[in-house]
Amino acid sequence: MDAKRERLTIVAAGLVIGVIAATLARLGNPVNMGFCIACFLRDIAGALGLHQAAAVQYIRPEIPGLVLGSLAAALVKKEFAPRGGSAPVTRFVLGFFVMIGCLMFLGCPFRMILRLAGGDGNALLGLVGFAAGILAGVFFLNRGYSLKRTYKQPATEGWVLPVMMVVFLALLIAAPAFIHFTEAGGGPGGMHAAVWVSLAAGLIVGALAQRTRLCMVGGIRDLILFREPKLLLGFAAIFAAALLANLALGSFAPGFIEQPVAHTDGLWNALGMFLAGYGCVLLGGCPLRQLVLSGEGNADSAAAVLGLMVGAAFAHNFGLAASGAGPTGAGKIAVMIGIAAVSALACVNTFGKKQ
Amino acid sequence: MEKLDARGLSCPEPVIMIRKAMMAKAARYEMIVDNIASKENVTRYAQHQGYAVSAAERDGEYTLTMTK
Repeated sequence: MDAKRERLTIVAAGLVIGVIAATLARLGNPVNMGFCIACFLRDIAGALGLHQAAAVQYIRPEIPGLVLGSLAAALVKKEFAPRGGSAPVTRFVLGFFVMIGCLMFLGCPFRMILRLAGGDGNALLGLVGFAAGILAGVFFLNRGYSLKRTYKQPATEGWVLPVMMVVFLALLIAAPAFIHFTEAGGGPGGMHAAVWVSLAAGLIVGALAQRTRLCMVGGIRDLILFREPKLLLGFAAIFAAALLANLALGSFAPGFIEQPVAHTDGLWNALGMFLAGYGCVLLGGCPLRQLVLSGEGNADSAAAVLGLMVGAAFAHNFGLAASGAGPTGAGKIAVMIGIAAVSALACVNTFGKKQ
Repeated sequence: MEKLDARGLSCPEPVIMIRKAMMAKAARYEMIVDNIASKENVTRYAQHQGYAVSAAERDGEYTLTMTK
């Protein structure tokens, strides 16, 4: 595919994804949360009882949809290739801290775009921190940062996470007593579009993201590293489409105060997304991209996804996650520890003894 | 001709590798990658640098030949 066609394709995909995201919020998802990989993995962790925050417990079908949509696209295009072995435990830890950063900001990079498109000015501070975090990661990439190579794996290794996603869907439908669901009106977890709508949206977006390699972190990263705007065009197209859809649906509410599922502490919005952007560059992609790569059989990305889920459980079990009321003291400490831990991993994998 | 092995590496590492190598402005490079995203990204970068790129696939591995 030539460069011009690639760009047109990713812009078209971004426009579709932006409209789907705005529509999901209209059909029942929390405002500016048509998609939020961090929030949705957090809700799933809560539904499974890994944390007890009653307001954020629901098996979000978008997540299995994204993985299975990517899986289907990869199988059709013969790109499903089980591989792994590139520092899976490091990736788990990076995923863990990326989630700590996301839950300080209250959203993953994808939701950051949707918050911007909904008029939430607090997300601008998040964007500044996010770009700075990416710059920090690029500093190490330019100096040789690497988690070393992956190797081919047996097929089962690539299928574990997709099968786990099917199990999540089964648990959602069967709703056994040990699965926790936020009651209607009980918080963001109680706000969701119909199961089949969310699942279909996830499947479509997962397939589009697999085909276009869409990545929120990759956009800014590639522009800085290679002056390559392709991925950033996808990012911009999602923003433009969600903004127009919000305007058309009457969902655009510009301002800083009382934005839905957001707080106004600019410094910590920025530092949360700094940690998220930094960790994601070291992982090689944003949380959405980790889900999509998991669907392609990448076991290392699956380890990052599990790290994200465990990070979410810790964030709510130990009061690290921010809320509409603002960040917590423990959350601020956790973000600082996260930045230190991610920096240590970056240094060791850049300046450590070369193999 | 410089031969580079980027098998197992995921983006952006293969592109950083070829960028570094291309600073020497050699007339011909060869790189092996083993995933399509890397193949696309390295191809795009080399084309931007004015190289003609041809790819040969074998058992899921792509040998990219870049000439100027």
